[in-house]
Amino acid sequence: MSTDSTANARGSEIVFTDVVKQYPGQTEPAVDHLSLGIDAGEFVTFVGPSGCGKTTSLKMINRLIEPTSGTITIDGQDTRELDADTLRRRIGYVIQGGGLFPHMTVAGNIAVVPNLLKWDKKRIRRRTDELLELVGLDPAVYRDRYPRELSGGQQQRVGVARGLAADPPVMLMDEPFGAVDPITRSRLQDELLDVQSKLHKTIVCVTHDIDEAIKLGDRICVMADHGRIAQYDTASEILANPADDFVADFTGSGSALKQLALEKVSSIRLEPAVLVHVGDPVPDVLELARRHDTDQVIVLDADEAIVDWYWTINLRGPVVRARPGRQPILLDEDSSLDTVLDALVTSLHEGAIIVDDHEHFLGIATFDEVTAHVRRVNAAPGAIGDFDAGRTHQAPAPDAPAHGQERP
Amino acid sequence: MSLDRNERQLFWGIPVIVVAGALGWVLWRATADLDDIESRQLAWGTIGTLLGQHVVLTLICAAVVLVIGVPLGIALTRPGIRRVTPAVLAVANAGQSAPVIGLIVLLAMAMGFGTPTAVVALSIYAFLPVLANTITGLQGVDPALVEAGRGMGISSMGVLLRIELPLASKVILAGIRTALVLLVGTASFATFINAGGLGALIQTGIALFRFRILISGAVIVALLALLVEWLGQVMEMIVAPKGL
Repeated sequence: MSTDSTANARGSEIVFTDVVKQYPGQTEPAVDHLSLGIDAGEFVTFVGPSGCGKTTSLKMINRLIEPTSGTITIDGQDTRELDADTLRRRIGYVIQGGGLFPHMTVAGNIAVVPNLLKWDKKRIRRRTDELLELVGLDPAVYRDRYPRELSGGQQQRVGVARGLAADPPVMLMDEPFGAVDPITRSRLQDELLDVQSKLHKTIVCVTHDIDEAIKLGDRICVMADHGRIAQYDTASEILANPADDFVADFTGSGSALKQLALEKVSSIRLEPAVLVHVGDPVPDVLELARRHDTDQVIVLDADEAIVDWYWTINLRGPVVRARPGRQPILLDEDSSLDTVLDALVTSLHEGAIIVDDHEHFLGIATFDEVTAHVRRVNAAPGAIGDFDAGRTHQAPAPDAPAHGQERP
Repeated sequence: MSLDRNERQLFWGIPVIVVAGALGWVLWRATADLDDIESRQLAWGTIGTLLGQHVVLTLICAAVVLVIGVPLGIALTRPGIRRVTPAVLAVANAGQSAPVIGLIVLLAMAMGFGTPTAVVALSIYAFLPVLANTITGLQGVDPALVEAGRGMGISSMGVLLRIELPLASKVILAGIRTALVLLVGTASFATFINAGGLGALIQTGIALFRFRILISGAVIVALLALLVEWLGQVMEMIVAPKGL
């Protein structure tokens, strides 16, 4: 990247060819003949048990670790043709906890690489503020703070901003969210996916957490040992068709549940219901439901907003009333099944009402349907491998939805 | 600057003690009824000369220790050279374990009397805190930060200057302060090999049974040591990076 480009360098293609890392004094190589291609703009996660060579493989990309043999190319250029420092200034590097320099302010930390690239002061300042906004921190508040004045999650956000500072086409992340609590981690993951959907960098992220790997990666590289690739595929393929017992064990027995995170409401049958208004006479409503062959009734108020949801046997009295405090759960049609399950379990409702973008009723997702779906998945692994066409091997189109799920 | 309660008391207490002590001694000296020997030994001009010699000797030794100790400490934390660190620290420990009076006399036998010998002997003695603290301070820097810096494309020299040394500065400066205070005290021994300094008062006081001379010498050395300690603290506050 030239120093005068402003922003939005898109991703670069990274190719490992027969890469070996042999540490002196060890009998077995840490990484043994690894060959792997990462497409431009793709988010790839390296996942595997400790010592499987995933971090070594990552650090060989920016030559923090030099390969013993084999080549790694970025956009076709052998990384060894460049001076290591020059190479690294074109590759964002984000480590666990953010790795912020405690004696530099937030702005100072973000400005490290732009300073090395000799950007002028004004441009660095503009870029710093832009990045802080991108990661959801108000520049006026956080620019001049020191890292110890930030929470763990905020430090990690600044770490990501610092990695993006010089707008590198490639970002390497080493267990980026390993040091924060699960709730913050989930939010940071969503934000990272959001950022990635705007920037389309090539991101390589190492994690030991299969859930994180599944959530973040367009493709997931499951490594067994010595950098041996056990499976390299989309999340849905890995969950539905694990290549061997190692992958199956690693993704774990809860893989049917994990798979729910990847599936949309559209993959289950929604139950129909009739729409009535507050004040409609109950006998008319019962007749309407019978004619539509359903025992569920959605109640709308005068503004056409959904205010209650009845089983027909629970309809009493002369006219339909909305019970106070019975506001049903409304979920977007793009919701994932784990979101639905989550909402149902926590709210004790038997179903969640699925609506479209304009809050129009589409159907009811019931607990029974979701659990029946889980049973089907468990009974026939692989039978439903094609549910998510968005997760292909190609980089997502700029207007493709982010892979993260919004929790209600 | 951020100081806790104890530090603040220490920080403002030291100058008060030094000023009060110095004023007290000056008043006593101006008014006391001294005999011939005492008034000659404690003449204002003599005291000034001895004090000057003492300070200059201390500063020369401090400079020598800094110029050798800090770079050596840095070198001993670099990959590759790191292996010899324990051996070097053992030698430096030996230097400090030997009694300074013995060190000075032994070196004088080899190198002759005079200031150069005193500088060598005192520097060997004060070398350890600077070397050890430089090593400890640099070793205390989180390796993940060093790797983060290298991974971002900062050169190894850049990482040393902009990340490692600033982060280690507090520990390194504490070592320098300790060395300075040690030097002020031990420079009193320089007089035994004709290298001057306030030790002359103490030695004369003992030799001639003039306790007022002895105590004057001891008080001035003590006040000087306190002052140096305080200056060291001020220096740490000014130099230490914010945000730690």
